[in-house]
Amino acid sequence: MVNTKVCLCGIPLDNPVIPASGTFGFGYEFAELYDIDCLGTFSFKGTTATPRFGNPTPRIAETPSGMLNAVGLQNPGVDAVIEEELPRLAKCFHKPVMANVSGFSEEEYVHVCEKFDAVEAVGWIEVNISCPNVHGGGMSFGTSPEAAGAITAAVRRVTRKPLILKLSPNVTDIVSIAKACEAAGADGLSLINTLMGMRIDIRCRRPVLANGTGGLSGPAVFPVALRMVYQVYEAVKIPIIGMGGVSSAQDVLEMMLAGASAVEVGAANLVNPYACRDIIADLPREMEKYGIQTLSDIIGGAH
Amino acid sequence: MVQGIYTIASNKKIARDVYEMVLSGDTSALTAPGQFLNIKIEGYFLRRPISVCDWDGDTITIVYKVVGAGTAAMSEMAAGQTLDVLAGLGNGFDMRKSGGTPLLVGGGVGTPPMAGLCRRLVAEGKSPTVVLGFASREDVFYEDQFRSLGAEVRVATADGSYGVQGFVTDAMAGIAPSYFYACGPIPMLRAVSDALPADGQLSFEERMGCGFGACMGCSCQTKYGNKRICRDGPVLTKGEVIW
Ligand SMILES: Cc1cc2nc3c(=O)[nH]c(=O)nc-3n(C[C@H](O)[C@H](O)[C@H](O)COP(=O)(O)OP(=O)(O)OC[C@H]3O[C@@H](n4cnc5c(N)ncnc54)[C@H](O)[C@@H]3O)c2cc1C
Ligand SMILES: Cc1cc2nc3c(=O)[nH]c(=O)nc-3n(C[C@H](O)[C@H](O)[C@H](O)COP(=O)(O)O)c2cc1C
Ligand code: FES
Repeated sequence: MVNTKVCLCGIPLDNPVIPASGTFGFGYEFAELYDIDCLGTFSFKGTTATPRFGNPTPRIAETPSGMLNAVGLQNPGVDAVIEEELPRLAKCFHKPVMANVSGFSEEEYVHVCEKFDAVEAVGWIEVNISCPNVHGGGMSFGTSPEAAGAITAAVRRVTRKPLILKLSPNVTDIVSIAKACEAAGADGLSLINTLMGMRIDIRCRRPVLANGTGGLSGPAVFPVALRMVYQVYEAVKIPIIGMGGVSSAQDVLEMMLAGASAVEVGAANLVNPYACRDIIADLPREMEKYGIQTLSDIIGGAH
Repeated sequence: MVQGIYTIASNKKIARDVYEMVLSGDTSALTAPGQFLNIKIEGYFLRRPISVCDWDGDTITIVYKVVGAGTAAMSEMAAGQTLDVLAGLGNGFDMRKSGGTPLLVGGGVGTPPMAGLCRRLVAEGKSPTVVLGFASREDVFYEDQFRSLGAEVRVATADGSYGVQGFVTDAMAGIAPSYFYACGPIPMLRAVSDALPADGQLSFEERMGCGFGACMGCSCQTKYGNKRICRDGPVLTKGEVIW
């Protein structure tokens, strides 16, 4: 029997597979299809201080081997998440969950993190400083080491839970941003969020997305994500959650060899609702195929 | 919702760029006319949402128009080939509201879901009237199907080459339905809704990421709050739509 267990910031996971924020809602749609307790954990929809509808539609476009989204952080706000979504989730998911936090100001990040700090079911807080869809802030926190470090330090003051900073790939030097987050007290890093892109409808000569631009994800971004995980692994000591285009157990192994301690799966859930269940089921077989006994042994194995 | 591999039983052209495909496989997740499938097409990342036209114990009929690469690829598929399908998506039409003499309005490829709805309404002893709108004579399909179900059918074409010249609303004159059901382009839905004093249900389209409620890609604002077209829709009631 192979061992798929990993440890993420001090909390054990049965396996490293984690549905990525924004692609798994609050879990119930998937709980109708399979027992979501098979997951390592999952990261729920990015939550802000107040309810948001997000961007106008269309906010989805197809790309070769991927998709663009410009959802714009639609969520019911942190109070409704805590009072309505999490109690409902507790009925179908019995492991610590990852809270994904977004904001438009330092105060907002702090406020939302403080609220999730008080929720027992929340195991980790994943702070998204990278959502490329929102005008007026979301982008800027993740694009300079100073701003990323400042947000990290500010939210660090209000929570003892493992704090994971989720980084944007839309930067010239992701390594310096990763190091700034580590220095400011981050317990882990998630990378990558979506890559900014666009599509144009030739017939009407306008962008397909109402927002103009959107975030690219899916298999198209896998090599870029893998490269960033590899580079950041060389520069930091804290664990990395690797994501971007992961859609098979092989991709999980590749991400872990690059340096990921765990792996998030995003867009794959949207086209195959059973993607995470299938990846988890395939993992032991793939491990055996490559002679891997203990999955955690291969973290960073390609360095 | 179920995910399954469905076998194409037939795939034939029924009007200009419009195909009717019969799929055989699990139909257990279908609960109401107006629901849709989300179809994986080899070589394309996102699935294609297509309404269920009608279904029985082991087949599902869909009617689709070739508008881009995905639907073009579908049109070239032959009987015996298989498709990976998510079936039973969306709420569908609520038939309990129909009253005795409902009006069913279909615009272009908004027509297919009306077929399954019409057949079920007739089976319940209702007397539906069907109004269909198309661009031109070559685009018209399913007129005879509705008529053979016993429904009164009126057809409008925008260029006047067949039936009443104009839009569906031009062909609706004199009809005072107990209730209405409509599917088609948004300007048509709005015109139908405005023209009729009766209450009704309208089926909407939106670009979708997942089709089953997970990604928030297809949200719209209604008088009763935010709804996902794929999960809380595609059918909305007249009273909740914000135009
Ligand atoms: C709930 C619902 C039911 C539908 N039912 C039918 C039906 O019964 N018959 C039919 O002919 N068409 C139907 N459509 C529209 C159909 O989904 C599109 O025509 C189809 O996805 C186009 O795919 P393509 O690859 O040919 O076009 P492309 O333009 O190449 O597609 C590119 C991307 O845009 C998406 N897209 C393009 N047009 C639409 C659209 N109108 N709505 C949603 N997504 C779109 C595609 O799914 C794909 O992801 C329905 C749409 C929805 C949302
Ligand atoms: C529809 C959609 C919504 C997303 N929403 C969020 C979000 O709310 N917060 C966040 O941190 N990331 C969000 N993401 C980014 C994903 O969590 C993930 O980082 C990215 O999609 C790369 O992984 P993938 O290629 O496997 O999808 C979203 C992605 C998609 C496709
Ligand atoms: S398409 Fe994903 S929520 Fe509707």
